[in-house]
Amino acid sequence: MAAPIDWQLATVTAVRDETPSVRSLTLALPAWAGHRPGQHVDLRLTAEDGYSVERSYSIASEPERNGEIDITVERIPDGEVSPFLHEIVAPGDRLEVRGPIGGYFVWESTLDGPLFLVGGGSGVVPLMAMLRHRARSGSGATGRAVARLLFSCRGPDEAIYRTELDALAAADPDLEVAYTFTRVQPPGWTGYARRVDRAMLAEVLEPLGAEARTYICGPTALVEVAANALVGLGLAPDRVRTERFGPSGT
Amino acid sequence: MDVDDPAAERMLDGNAVAGTLSAVFGGDVTLTPGCCAHCGAVNMVGAMRAWVGGPGSVLRCPACDGVVLRVVTTPRGTLVDVRGATYLRFERG
Repeated sequence: MAAPIDWQLATVTAVRDETPSVRSLTLALPAWAGHRPGQHVDLRLTAEDGYSVERSYSIASEPERNGEIDITVERIPDGEVSPFLHEIVAPGDRLEVRGPIGGYFVWESTLDGPLFLVGGGSGVVPLMAMLRHRARSGSGATGRAVARLLFSCRGPDEAIYRTELDALAAADPDLEVAYTFTRVQPPGWTGYARRVDRAMLAEVLEPLGAEARTYICGPTALVEVAANALVGLGLAPDRVRTERFGPSGT
Repeated sequence: MDVDDPAAERMLDGNAVAGTLSAVFGGDVTLTPGCCAHCGAVNMVGAMRAWVGGPGSVLRCPACDGVVLRVVTTPRGTLVDVRGATYLRFERG
């Protein structure tokens, strides 16, 4: 067990819009001990009257970057924290951050076996940290894990990181990204166009086999369906790691 | 998850309270195995079911749904109710 994790002050150094409702923030952290892909941070906002509120956000960036992390935040219209992060925060602002947190939902390139990622909406964020880390960890015969991402979103405009994901997959024969667009499909779309189900999971998982290490992150209902289906398909329960973020995130 | 239960939508993983628990236990406990006092199942804290919407957080056993841990932070400190856990095993090293 590691040492206790203290709060520290992070400085916002960049903001970037990923989709109309999703924004990434780069946080500079002078006392950052480094993280592992899949971990999250707690962020604390405190009002002048002392009222404070905490939220957890997955780290989107790979640990190979030193002294800074990216978090990616979906704007929840009636939320207490995400509208502030979207509308008020600007480069130069400081935020209280505690982390990195959680050793359970973690994948590192030193782990053996194929990698199967299933993400729904902004649930793709910790999976992106894993894929960015994987991309930095050598290639081909030097042993990059064969990997597949199944990414469920309402439509192509809401597919966070889509340009980067497609570029990663195009440059890497051992990585494939499959999208399912559940509500809006682009013209001529031949891919999946329904909610994640057992048949879809079986198809995408098939080339990886039952030894795949699996990480599922998204709304609770998606995680529940996917985890149960994958265990039913023969994956060992302790190789199926889940991270639920409730009905719509925070 | 019982899909007919609207509350089931709010269920999270033990990972979701990892920050609070790390402050209580002095480090990350998501990989720490805990034994459910109700049914005897042993699961890592990160694999337990977390309910975080109330005044505190509740961790339930993924096997039997029994309450394993409850954590409430008040102005005077943090209360941890461990009646539902037979043990937590902190690995050496």
